[in-house]
This record gives sequence, structure tokens and C-alpha cells, in this order.
Amino acid sequence: MENKKAIKGGEFLIRETTPEEIFIPEEWNEEQKMIAQTCHDFIDTEVFPRLDEIDSQKDPELMPRLLDKAGELGLLGTSVPEALGGFGMNFNTTMLVSEVTGKGHSFAVALSAHTGIGTLPILYYGNEEQKKKYVTKLATGEWKAAYCLTEPDAGSDANSGKTKATLTEDGKHYLINGQKMWITNGGFADVFIVFAKIDDDKNLTAFIVEKAFGGITMNEEEKKMGIKGSSTRQIFFNDCKVPVENMLSERGNGFKIAVNILNVGRIKLGAAAIGGAKAAATAAVKYANERKQFGKSISEFGAIKHKLAEMAVKIYASEGAHYRAGQNIDDAYDAFVADGMDPAQARLKSLEEFAIECAILKVHGSEVLDYVVDEAVQVGGGMGFSADGPFDRAYRDARINRIFEGTNEINRMLTIDMLLKRAMKGHLDILGPAQAVAKELVAIPSFGDDGDDTFFAKEKKVLQNLKKAGLMVAGGAVQKLMEKLGDEQEILMNLADMLAEGYVAESVILRVEKLVKMRGEEACKMEIDLARVFLHHAVDVAVKAGREAIYAFAEGDEQRLMLMGLKRFTKIEPMNLKAARRRIADYMAEKNAYPF
Amino acid sequence: MKILVCITHVPDTTSKISFTDNDTQFDKTGVQYIIGPYDDYAIARAMELKEGMGAEVTVLNVGLAETEPTIRKALALGADDAIRVNAEPEDALFVAQQIAAVAKENAYDMILMGRESIDFNGGQVHAMVGEMLNLPSVSPVMKLDIEGNTAKMTKEIEGGKEYVAVDMPFVAGCQEPIAEWRIPNMRGIMTARSKPLNVIEPVGDGAGTTVQKFALPPAKGAVKIVDSVDELVDLLKNEAKVL
Ligand SMILES: Cc1cc2nc3c(=O)[nH]c(=O)nc-3n(C[C@H](O)[C@H](O)[C@H](O)COP(=O)(O)OP(=O)(O)OC[C@H]3O[C@@H](n4cnc5c(N)ncnc54)[C@H](O)[C@@H]3O)c2cc1C
Repeated sequence: MENKKAIKGGEFLIRETTPEEIFIPEEWNEEQKMIAQTCHDFIDTEVFPRLDEIDSQKDPELMPRLLDKAGELGLLGTSVPEALGGFGMNFNTTMLVSEVTGKGHSFAVALSAHTGIGTLPILYYGNEEQKKKYVTKLATGEWKAAYCLTEPDAGSDANSGKTKATLTEDGKHYLINGQKMWITNGGFADVFIVFAKIDDDKNLTAFIVEKAFGGITMNEEEKKMGIKGSSTRQIFFNDCKVPVENMLSERGNGFKIAVNILNVGRIKLGAAAIGGAKAAATAAVKYANERKQFGKSISEFGAIKHKLAEMAVKIYASEGAHYRAGQNIDDAYDAFVADGMDPAQARLKSLEEFAIECAILKVHGSEVLDYVVDEAVQVGGGMGFSADGPFDRAYRDARINRIFEGTNEINRMLTIDMLLKRAMKGHLDILGPAQAVAKELVAIPSFGDDGDDTFFAKEKKVLQNLKKAGLMVAGGAVQKLMEKLGDEQEILMNLADMLAEGYVAESVILRVEKLVKMRGEEACKMEIDLARVFLHHAVDVAVKAGREAIYAFAEGDEQRLMLMGLKRFTKIEPMNLKAARRRIADYMAEKNAYPF
Repeated sequence: MKILVCITHVPDTTSKISFTDNDTQFDKTGVQYIIGPYDDYAIARAMELKEGMGAEVTVLNVGLAETEPTIRKALALGADDAIRVNAEPEDALFVAQQIAAVAKENAYDMILMGRESIDFNGGQVHAMVGEMLNLPSVSPVMKLDIEGNTAKMTKEIEGGKEYVAVDMPFVAGCQEPIAEWRIPNMRGIMTARSKPLNVIEPVGDGAGTTVQKFALPPAKGAVKIVDSVDELVDLLKNEAKVL
């Protein structure tokens, strides 16, 4: 326990984690499994039969009605403490709810916007009266919430918004004027979290705005590529009169709120994407088993097996990484609360501590989902492309996840930016290990293996080396480019990819190592294959991204030295990946589902 | 009012069924278990009665410790407490004896259960329990209302419906649409853990039947798609020889 609490955000790069220190999804308890089953049952019986109706948006009351039903089951109050009418579940359990409901297409988006970016700003930053007045109603679904940050000219650059708030002469109200865009749940929300600038402030301030305050108008529903059933509106505030007591936190604190709330949402978005990916993979396996060509089920063809297995490899690895980080967040929260911190504050602090992991997983989860739905369409062939087939909606709906909650580009840059800032501030000692790697580069390499034949010893050596490769390239880039690194976004993307795949690879190796300790090697053959195949993928990414980065910032002898180092740090024993994928795919075909 | 709901712990309807030990044992590996779907409706109706007129609902399962997650799901659905009779539910007679023994100790106003389990589909337990307790037993019940001391039930019979009224106490085997199917809510799930689940030992001499062998239904043959009605009639006459 002591050790667990000491884990810091971003530290995975320089610290060897043991399997005992991580939580794995195979450890869900009976209660958590029941919660997950309720989510499955709800989506299967209430949402799936109405997907077309939801997407048509013909009945504007349908989505709020479904949210009401989710509210009756308690699904809107999982993160809310019991004192405010919720259930005060720990972070990992709430993420499990996000994952399972994540297969719910447009409904999933409405649900997560309401419970996440809609409710959490008040829960985490509101005063007692604000929480009592709003959070209690949001936790049951009596009121629905939306989050208004983005503007036509302020998207990724969110702090550049032009919406204004001015104090009325009697000092009792703010008048909000401006325009917001792409507002999820906008069409039916009762409460809006609105970010605006007071007078000529440099920074945003957040307000809790009730629709009933007046002065709010909106455009028609946006026409979108996917999640067509999710309400997305442009909203205009014209002298919208907000009582001063509805300011959230302090003047000028809005950008911080916006950033921190998005951070919470990110890892959950990743988890929801994994839930969607599992559903799409299952649909793909079922189709592949049913569809016959050349006298065989297409699931018997190697090319299709490759696709099915790759889906499983990526989903399984990413899933484990999410709950590993989620447990770290829960442990940090417990430690903060034990130290006497206010629980709402502790939630925020624990998430902030693991903001690097959250950004990594938003990107990873959403890209695994896109990979899976794309290959699912391919497995479907013509039926994959048919708007009446099982994959069309999944393919279109997946795409938004790489765009909202901070685009994947912004999140990749954030990953590296946060890591370097922590190093600079002395929170995270990556300088020492980076220098050690640089020294190792010029030393004589130790050949041969060190005789360690414990389970996964070789794989762990590969992981260690992957970290070294990351440190070498990152260290080299920082040293060479210094403050100019920020302008070399391509290199930042390379570094972010090395970091992310390394983190997920370590997570899956640790997950399976722990599982083997729980169940024995014989019972975990499939999972061992999954982990090994993913590790090879992570090494391939490191080779490619590392090489591109080195080509870009180093020259001559330095370049040669680093390329040699990269080669040394990305060494991995050959394995028959094809055979492993076939074993995985055959098992999926036998189970007729994503089975892990 | 006191209601006893008897539930089964059965393989999920999508499970792949296989056998071991020369086809004498069901292979449980990797199988997901659920509350019997008909039992689910019995619980749902008990909860509706509880909400409508007040009742204390006890769930009972005859099974080994592995069935406790299933029992706790029934508690999450709103039952007040649970009894697990610690024995493998080997046959209908044995299970009925256990339920009757529990019912004799407690004055239940009604004993509800599914019309049949979905593993062995015997459909005998409710009748046996009624017999052992000398109570009326009705099945399959699609509608159940309580008026005073009388239970009014709609029963499905061959080609129609039968409306019956019995005095409480009674035994009923339930099926949809007796109640609206329910999903356990968060509050139910979080309180299930703290509800009493009493484990008692079985009575009697054990099962009266032994399984000699299980056999899977024969695999489905290939499908033939025919182009015309004439061809179909011809095949039915000359190949299938059913016309
Ligand atoms: C369906 C939907 C629902 C949404 N819901 C909400 C909501 O409820 N509330 C809300 O406030 N917002 C919401 N948004 C807005 C969403 O968060 C923004 O669309 C997103 O942040 C991107 O901003 P943008 O659209 O202005 O794109 P831009 O910022 O213009 O980005 C365009 C491209 O440029 C890249 N880019 C931008 N800046 C940089 C940079 N500095 N370096 C490198 N690349 C860069 C981006 O990665 C992207 O690829 C929603 C959007 C959609 C489509």
C-alpha cells in the first residue's frame, strides 16, 4: 500500500512498476460486475432498439427521456457523493460505467456530457449552496446539463473566447453576451456551464446559467457525420442575466476549471471508446463467423484472422492501461483524503497528478476505437459499407472521439509538455535517467541475456529498453532544440507516440503477469499471446517514431550514435506473430465475441 | 404480507453447452450464470406487490456457494433477505423438499418462482411444493393481482387463457408478462451487500434421480434454398416425404 500511494503521475517512464501495484480488470468485484451488467442491460434494452429513432432526432424528447431512465437507475449519480444524492463510487468504478455505456452511440455522448463536463464543474468547484441547488438535481436527471466553452473563433485555443460578462449597475447580476458553438446536450439542457470574460479580463470566468434566466437562443441542430442523435447546438447569449452568486469559483479561474474538467473527461472518453470497440469487435467476429465465401466462414481466412486478433490485442492492452491509471488516481485520492484534504479537492488533485496518463489514454482509446471500427467495416465487405449493416453507425460515431475533449494533436502535445514541465520543476527526475542512458550509449553494450528466466523476464527487459529509447530521444531533442522544441510539433508527436505505446505495453505485460500469478500460466495462454503481440507493436512504433525524430533533430556522428542506440533499445526476440494472432482469432471465433 | 421467491442459478442463454466425464457432467468452465429468466419475472412481480401494498420479500436458492452472486443480484433487485440451501439442486423433488421445509418454518402468503428453470426445464417444482404444503399451485401465471385475501391469476392454457382465483397462501410458477422486467439500480446494488443472506443445510435424503448421460441435439443440417414453390412441393413430397 505504502508503495502504491507513492506512485507519481508520469513516473512510469523512469520507474519499474510491479504487477502487485496495478489493478487489472480481471479483479472487478461482484458489486462492480453487477454495476457493469446493469449498464449493459440498460443500453441493450433501452438504447439499442431505438438507435435509428435516436439518430433521426425526430422526437426531441427522446434523449432527455432516456437520460431520465438512466437517472432512475442511478447512472447519473455514480460520481456524486451520497450527501448530494449520488453514490460516491470510486473513480475506477465510474470509469467502468463509462466503458460499458460507451457502446451506446449518441446516447453515450449525451450521458457523458451530462455526468462529466456538465455536472463535475459544480461538484468540484461549486460552493455548498451551488452543490445543493444544482448537483442534487443533476444527479437524478431532474435537470440536464451542458458545457459551453467552445466558440466559433475559440476551439483548441479555448482561452481566446470573446463571450463577455458585465456586472449590472446594482451589482446583483452579470449580463452574459456572446456565442458558443458545438454544445452537446444544448437542445434540452436546463443548466449551462458558461465560460466568459468579465470586462477586459485576460482569463475566463465560469458561471452556472439556468435556461430559465432568459436571454438564451439557439440555432437548429448541427448536421453531423456521426453521433447524429446527440444534440449539438450553437447557443447565443443576449443579455442573459445571471445572479452574481452563480459565479463558479473565482473571477479569472475559468480556464483552470475548463482544463481540469476536460482532463477528468479525457480518460473516461478513452474508456468509453474501449467499450465501443469491444462491441464493434464482437459484431465483426459474429459477422465473420456467419459470412461464407469460397465455401468457408470468412473467419477461417488468415487475412480476416489478422484483423480480428489485432482488434483484440489493441483493446485488451488499452483497457488494462485505463484501469491501471484509474487505480493510481483512486490511490492518490485516498492518500489526499487521509491527509485531511477536502474530498472534492482531492478528486481534482488526484486527476491532475495523473494528467499525463489521462491525455495518453484519451488519444490511445479513441485511436484503438477508430482502428477497430475501420477494420470492422472491412470485415463486413459490402455489408460493412451498407448504411443498413451493423458497422456503418459504429464507423461514423467513432470519429468524433479524436476531435472533442481536446483534439488528439493537442493531447499529444500536452503529454510531452506536461512531462517536461514536471521535469523542469523537479517533480519528476527524468534528467538523471536520461543522462544515464546517454552514458550507456557510449559505453560498451552488454551482450547476451542475463540468464533471468522468470516469467516475462525477456519482455520486461524489452520494456526497460523501450523506456531508455524514449528517454534517449526525448533527452536528445530537448538538449538540441531547447525552447524551440515547442515549435517542432512533428517531433512532439513522435515522442508522444513512443511514450503512449510504451505505457500501454507496460500495462499489458503487467496485467498478464498479475493474471498468471492469479490463475496460472496454463489458463492464460491467450492473454500471454495478446501481451506479446502488443509488445511487438509498441517496439515497431518506437522504431519508427524514434527514427523520424532522430532524423529530424540530429546530424552526423550524433545521429549515427542515436540510431545505433535506438536499434539497441528496440531489440526484441522474434516470435511467430502470425501464429499467435491465429490462436487469438480462433478463440474469438469459437466464442463468437470479443471474449476477454 | 410475506413473499418467498425461489430462484434458479442457470447458464446464460447464449452459453455454449458441453459435457465432461463421458457426457455425465455439465462443463461449467467459462459459463456465465444468470437468474433464471422466468424467475426474474417472479422477482419483478414480488417487487411490484411490495411497492404497491407493502411486503417482505425473501429469495431462496438451492445451490452451492458459487450461486451467491446470483442471489445477491436478486437482493439488488429489491428483495429484503435471502436464504441459500447449501446443496447442489440435483432434481426437482429434492429442490421442492428444500423449499417446502423452509416454507413450513415461515408463514409465507405466497411462494413465487419461474414456470420452469432454463437448464433442465422440468417445470415440476411449483407443483411439488404445492403438494408437499397442501397448497394450491398454479402455473404458468401471466398475471397476478391480490384482492383482499384472494389471488386472481391469469394462466396460459392450450389455445386460450384461464382465469383462476385462490386464497392465500398459494404457489405460482410465473412467466412474462406478469411484471415489467427490471434492471437492478445503483442503490439496490450498493445495498445488496449489507442484506442478510442466510445459509442453511439441506433436509432429506438427496436426489431421487441420477443422470445417466447427456446428449446435445443433433447439429443443424445444411440449408437448401429453392427457387420456386413447385420445387419446394416436390422436395417436401419426394425427399422429405412429409406431404
Ligand atoms: C459533436 C461535437 C460536440 C462538441 N461538444 C462540445 C461541448 O459540449 N462543449 C464545448 O465547449 N465544446 C464542444 N465541442 C467542441 C470541441 O471541443 C472542439 O471542436 C475541439 O476542441 C476543436 O476545436 P475546433 O473545432 O475549433 O478545431 P480547431 O481548434 O480549429 O482545430 C482544427 C485542427 O487544427 C489542429 N490544431 C489546433 N490548434 C493547434 C495547435 N496549436 N497545434 C497543432 N494543431 C492544432 C487541431 O488538432 C485540429 O486538427 C464539440 C465539438 C463537436 C464536433
